[in-house]
Amino acid sequence: MDAAVFLISAAIVLTGAGGVLVARNPVHAALFLVQTLFGVAVLFVLQDATFLAAVQVIVYAGAVVILFLFVIMLLGVDRAEDLGVEPIVGQRPVAAIVGASLLGMLLTALLVSVDGPTGAHGANTALGDAADNTRLLGEALFTDYVFAVELTAILLTVAVIGAVVLARRVRGPLAPLPVVVVASVADDGEQGDDGPPDVVEATDASDEGEGA
Amino acid sequence: MVVTTSWYLTLAAILFSMGAVGLLTRRNPLIMIMCIELMLNAVNLTFVSLGSELGDLGGQLSVFFVLVVAASEVVVGLAVVVAIMRRRQGATVDDLSVLGG
Repeated sequence: MDAAVFLISAAIVLTGAGGVLVARNPVHAALFLVQTLFGVAVLFVLQDATFLAAVQVIVYAGAVVILFLFVIMLLGVDRAEDLGVEPIVGQRPVAAIVGASLLGMLLTALLVSVDGPTGAHGANTALGDAADNTRLLGEALFTDYVFAVELTAILLTVAVIGAVVLARRVRGPLAPLPVVVVASVADDGEQGDDGPPDVVEATDASDEGEGA
Repeated sequence: MVVTTSWYLTLAAILFSMGAVGLLTRRNPLIMIMCIELMLNAVNLTFVSLGSELGDLGGQLSVFFVLVVAASEVVVGLAVVVAIMRRRQGATVDDLSVLGG
């Protein structure tokens, strides 16, 4: 039973990850990401980490991916990307080699050394069963790790303030970023020249929309 | 068949490598951030698996903090993407070499 659940969710996770890799449209990639995140949540449940499974669905699928979709829709970048061209010659073979060797090293490190520790169970916090999971996590977080929890609160506050500052609307027309001419992306350079007027128009239009 | 920790660790390694390959090959900044999320999820899976292997809650506690850091990373990263895309529509990461030496 466990093996069946594991194999099905592993297939879901891996097809979702493959979809993110090859999806031409960012919206499709975001939906494949949701598929992977749900698969990982099922694997968390299988390992009695019920609280983390819930948080995985709520925070990742519910907040992070929605944020991605918001940005995709807001920027209107949901047009398909041409995956046929390879911008840097030899990039994909090199990436495949790097990925394969990374996989080999990870498998070696993880599988060979699993039995490397003494096998003695952790002395810090005992892992309860699924029913106790949330209570034990809460007790550990708000006693032993309370300082770290406070720090994450500060981190989230800083991140929100930083995001607001970065993404705020700047007064006046926006200066385009300097177009750096790279030999291999010469066709993109033409796009960049047409770009700035569109940007200004779009900004004005949304300003009026807000005023009305 | 009994599902051992090695199965989870193998799956996590494959997921991590796929995320890394995606990060190296894709040019759309949004999809690159998604690939980083894939890698973070692989690490979370490893944490939970080894935590249950060793009977320690520490793995799940680490995942909690990784989730918080991942959420703030996405927020700031997407804000940067929005700021860049406002100035230059349809930019890919290959066009963004302004900071390059």
